[in-house]
Amino acid sequence: MYDTGKIMTGLAAVLVMLTLPFWYSAATGKAVEKHDPVLPKTEKKCVESRQYMRDSHMDLLNRWRDAVVREDRHTYVSQDGTRYEMSLTNTCMKCHVERAQFCDKCHTYMGESPFCWDCHLDRKGVL
Amino acid sequence: MNAFLSLVAVLAVMLAAYVGTGVLDAKFLFGTVLPYAAIATFLIGFIYRIVDWAKSPVPFRIPTTCGQQKSLEWIKSDRLDNPHDTIGVIGRMALEVLCFRSLFRDTKMERHEEATVVYGPGLWLWIGALAFHYSFLVVFVRHLRFFTEPVPYVAVLLQRVDGFFQVGVPPVMASNLFLLAALAFLFARRLWSPQLRYISLASDYFPLFLLIGIAGTGVLLRHFVRTDIVNVKEMAMGLVSFKPAIPKGVHWFFFLHLTLVATLIAYFPFSKLMHAGGVFLSPTRNLANNNRMVRHVNPWNAPVKVHTYEEYEDDFRDKMKAAGLPVEKE
Repeated sequence: MYDTGKIMTGLAAVLVMLTLPFWYSAATGKAVEKHDPVLPKTEKKCVESRQYMRDSHMDLLNRWRDAVVREDRHTYVSQDGTRYEMSLTNTCMKCHVERAQFCDKCHTYMGESPFCWDCHLDRKGVL
Repeated sequence: MNAFLSLVAVLAVMLAAYVGTGVLDAKFLFGTVLPYAAIATFLIGFIYRIVDWAKSPVPFRIPTTCGQQKSLEWIKSDRLDNPHDTIGVIGRMALEVLCFRSLFRDTKMERHEEATVVYGPGLWLWIGALAFHYSFLVVFVRHLRFFTEPVPYVAVLLQRVDGFFQVGVPPVMASNLFLLAALAFLFARRLWSPQLRYISLASDYFPLFLLIGIAGTGVLLRHFVRTDIVNVKEMAMGLVSFKPAIPKGVHWFFFLHLTLVATLIAYFPFSKLMHAGGVFLSPTRNLANNNRMVRHVNPWNAPVKVHTYEEYEDDFRDKMKAAGLPVEKE
């Protein structure tokens, strides 16, 4: 075999890089930590079903934003006919008071940085 | 026909994933066994292929020379296209691996009018390949957020840059668009040109369809058939920490994406995708053209017993002197 040293070094480097997630999780030891958001105790029901909120809340909020800011519509009628004010600060955060305990839990876990907070303040910031 | 066969194969993989997870609920098989099996196949296969290539004898330097060879001081040599030392080779390899220089040199031959043949640069393959490889790299690195906790800053930053235009929520990633466009082009060019269509094999179309399937299901999962990605990440983290678990609430459509990726990973060592490792081992690129500066001895030459003139003179010095013959050593 020619250039055994060089080839094996390169091969090892590539394999370590490709299997990086395995080493990373072994090193941090945080792989299976739970990151469940803290749910409000006062309410049992969100605007829409639990699964829909988990999968697609961002789409709902985006449509709310468009309706309020661009079309001046402020009332949302949910699937079961309940009427809600389309407002992140007044509706969502009435129950989900603490951004850090709710929103950020999953967003940080997933490495998401939604632009909600470019404009919105969480209640802590207002008061 | 080759394209059709490959398409059927990819659709069969997708159908198997759908039946397995959408109908039969064999999520353990598709979410745990298959990914591990694919990764193991990849690692063993990749090492095997590289070691196999590394064992091939390279007795003589056979670089393709595309410029003036290094010779006399006053003749300017082309260090990148005819490298005579390691630095030149590194430069040449870096340009090849990072910029796909040999695709850049692709030429196109066309017949103009009756009997005029015109050669010109054919840059489309180069552009398509660059767009594909780099957007795929970005997509690949972005997916680190599913496999690492805490998520490294580079993955978060890359995601922000990628979604810079903030189109929709979750934002459309520019790399996804480039990736799909590049794949569509690379597929279309094989169908478009009769010559290319003629030389295209099922093993050319299959990875293309796999990648189109992966990118397509990925984009659908992000924007249309959403599933709870926190569950998806919990599943991925279970895999990388060897504590596999399938959380509830993962849509069957996600398993289409996962199964296609597992297929690609397992197929990798058996396919032309091995050019990823092979490019580093191509003797026409990675050798310095120093055939006239350094003596290269063929390692499997049979040992030749030699008897030098000095030894001959030592043997017969007295007799040579007696006969009046000149000797080099008294």
